[in-house]
Amino acid sequence: MADIVALRRRVTVAPASTALHGLVRTADEVADSSRTLPVLPLLRPLLPGGGLRRGATVAVAPAPGDPSGRPPVGPAPPRPLASHGGTSLLLALLAAASRAGSWCAVVGVPTLGGVAAAEFGVDLGRLALVPNPGPEWTAVVAALLDGMDIVAAAPPGHVAPSVASRLAARARQRGSVLVPYGRWEGADVTLEAVRGVWYGVGQGHGRLRARQLTVAARGRGAAVRPKQLRIWLPAPGGGPPGAGNAGDPPVLTPVPGLAEPAVPGLAEPPRQEAV
Amino acid sequence: MAPVRVLALWCPDWPVVAAEIVEGVPAHTPVAVFAANRVVACSPAARAEGVRRGLRKREAQSRCPGLTVVAHDPARDARAFEPVVAAVEEVAPGVEVTRPGVCAVAARGPAGYFGGEERAAERIVEHVAQACAVESQVGVADGVFAAVLAARAGRLVPPGGTPRFLAGLDVSVLDRPQLTDLLRRLGLRTLGDFAALPASDVLARFGFDAAYAHRLAAGRDDAPLAVRRPPPDLDVVETFDEPLDRVDAAAFAARALAGRLHERLAAHGLACTRVVVEAVTATGQELCRTWRHEGLLTAAAVADRVRWQLEGWLTGTGSARPTGGILRLRLAPDGVVAHTALQPGLWGETGERQDRAHRALTRVQGLLGPDAVVTAVLCGGRSPADRVRLVPWGEDRTPERDPAQPWPGALPPPAPATVLTEPLPAAVYAADGAPVSVTGRLEVSAPPARVVVGQPGEPVGIRGWAGPWPLDERWWAPEEARRQVWFQMCLVDGRALLLALRAGAWVVEAVYD
Repeated sequence: MADIVALRRRVTVAPASTALHGLVRTADEVADSSRTLPVLPLLRPLLPGGGLRRGATVAVAPAPGDPSGRPPVGPAPPRPLASHGGTSLLLALLAAASRAGSWCAVVGVPTLGGVAAAEFGVDLGRLALVPNPGPEWTAVVAALLDGMDIVAAAPPGHVAPSVASRLAARARQRGSVLVPYGRWEGADVTLEAVRGVWYGVGQGHGRLRARQLTVAARGRGAAVRPKQLRIWLPAPGGGPPGAGNAGDPPVLTPVPGLAEPAVPGLAEPPRQEAV
Repeated sequence: MAPVRVLALWCPDWPVVAAEIVEGVPAHTPVAVFAANRVVACSPAARAEGVRRGLRKREAQSRCPGLTVVAHDPARDARAFEPVVAAVEEVAPGVEVTRPGVCAVAARGPAGYFGGEERAAERIVEHVAQACAVESQVGVADGVFAAVLAARAGRLVPPGGTPRFLAGLDVSVLDRPQLTDLLRRLGLRTLGDFAALPASDVLARFGFDAAYAHRLAAGRDDAPLAVRRPPPDLDVVETFDEPLDRVDAAAFAARALAGRLHERLAAHGLACTRVVVEAVTATGQELCRTWRHEGLLTAAAVADRVRWQLEGWLTGTGSARPTGGILRLRLAPDGVVAHTALQPGLWGETGERQDRAHRALTRVQGLLGPDAVVTAVLCGGRSPADRVRLVPWGEDRTPERDPAQPWPGALPPPAPATVLTEPLPAAVYAADGAPVSVTGRLEVSAPPARVVVGQPGEPVGIRGWAGPWPLDERWWAPEEARRQVWFQMCLVDGRALLLALRAGAWVVEAVYD
């Protein structure tokens, strides 16, 4: 152990020649790159380190209008109907890592659209679904954290802080990423789909083509500065969203009356707009 | 090399007999088996009425109006012949299956054992009749070709007498229609005539196949018997003195049985990708289920699956629940492959991560039951729900319907991220408060202005809508038929819904979440 520390110090302190300067990376950096799972380029600005750091807890918050964060147990009030892009955000978060060979699991979301997942680029062969974990929710999530790279889990109602911290510790220990899909305290980063504007539908003509989704990120540590970003999700033209479709495509017109309302939740002074 | 003495067993009209064994067609009545509209085989009763091989179906039916018509199925013939081969193997080892209905053994062994070829032939015919209730004839001659012909004639050709026996037969028995036709036109009507030609001239004039036929005709069939190797019996069976009706006892039995199955497979250098679990209850009920796995099933994996299955059966509800305890348990490996055929990834990368994921998912399956962990498979279909099939983890991921087919009328992308498992009832109103309807000619009564989702829901304004997109599928199957129109609706609060109007009722099918 001691010689590794010594070696690391030598690597970082070594007076590298100018030609090699850019190529030499410290041991920490090398370890970091293997400990971060990739995300789609459009989500990179929202996450510290530009990816899903192994061991982190990255929450996707429920819709702002939904106080409970409860999955649909009875017929009313069904949560899926109250969500404004949360599921798309979740799938987009999984897509790049899944395509790069990571194993993902989604717990407690019986309404997850498999076709949409495939369109976002999630590899369905490596996506395990546990639609109805029932009362064993904690045990199931803990077991999955042992083996899967990313575990997205919709908590059944309120999760006790002790359970939440236990699961987060488990993720940290096993090097997997816990993505609570719902109300969660103590996440490293919380992503929230604030509002979305659909493009392509008129009054009795056209079809849904693309959505401009405003995503807010807040958290702690490196992510303590709240950020807000407008992304295309799903992107115009279909297929997995990429980096190159930031501007408004000329053919698309927003749904009338929704183009320029005041964006709610933008009162915080430090904000980043990247359209 | 001189031809070996061969004993051939021939079951007359085998396709007809196989149809009787497998499908219960009464073979004593006029029956004919047809392939491509021609008679392949017929029962003796049909032959008495004038039905012959090669007749057209209409001709055969006109000669014999009461004829039962059966389609030819070579797989059925082969399957039904398997017990006959097994019965012959019990008497004389080393059986060559020439074709379904005909098999051959080397005559020397059984002849020496039973004291003469005639006694051996009697013994084999008797044993086949007792074991499988199948009539057969036996012939002995030098070489398989001659022996099969001898069996059809029911003759024991003495050693060395084969060329003489063959000489009197018609050239059509060579079973080479083109060559037979040619030989007839040359005036060569019997095998003896053909065999009298110089071998080198036959080869030069008619080619290799004819030269081989010439050797057969001359009784110089020295091809060795292609002896069938009986497949090793890999099943493991356990019979319990006390019927098992408790899950823990069943789990214990499952573990022991899985270990035995694995040992047996390992002894043959094999592994299996599927395992069939069969149980017979005390009341005689038979339960069966096949478990699949993407990788190879280890002993522990087999034990888990058997335990889940027994748990499911013993604690299950409804019709699947057995009426008594389990008396006999049988595990049969399926999809058997050589154990070396599965190679882990070169860098251990995919293999190790996959193993970790598999273990975690298997653990969850153990917690919640095998059907609780699923993966989505894209299928062909038009609605978002139809385009995905959920299969339990580890089972076969082949789509039911081909997604590469065109599927006209399918919803265009992007697909909704939230697909409701149960569509929610909704109501759609026009600006004047009247419910919106769609006529048979796809005319919308008024532009939709408000939608109410759920029973006690509040009306939400509609900002944009698209539709109606008609869907009328599987109208030929009334049970599965669906006739509806789709609408995409953007609401004032930014949500986008996929609504369907079917039989006058609005439902929310999915949310563009």
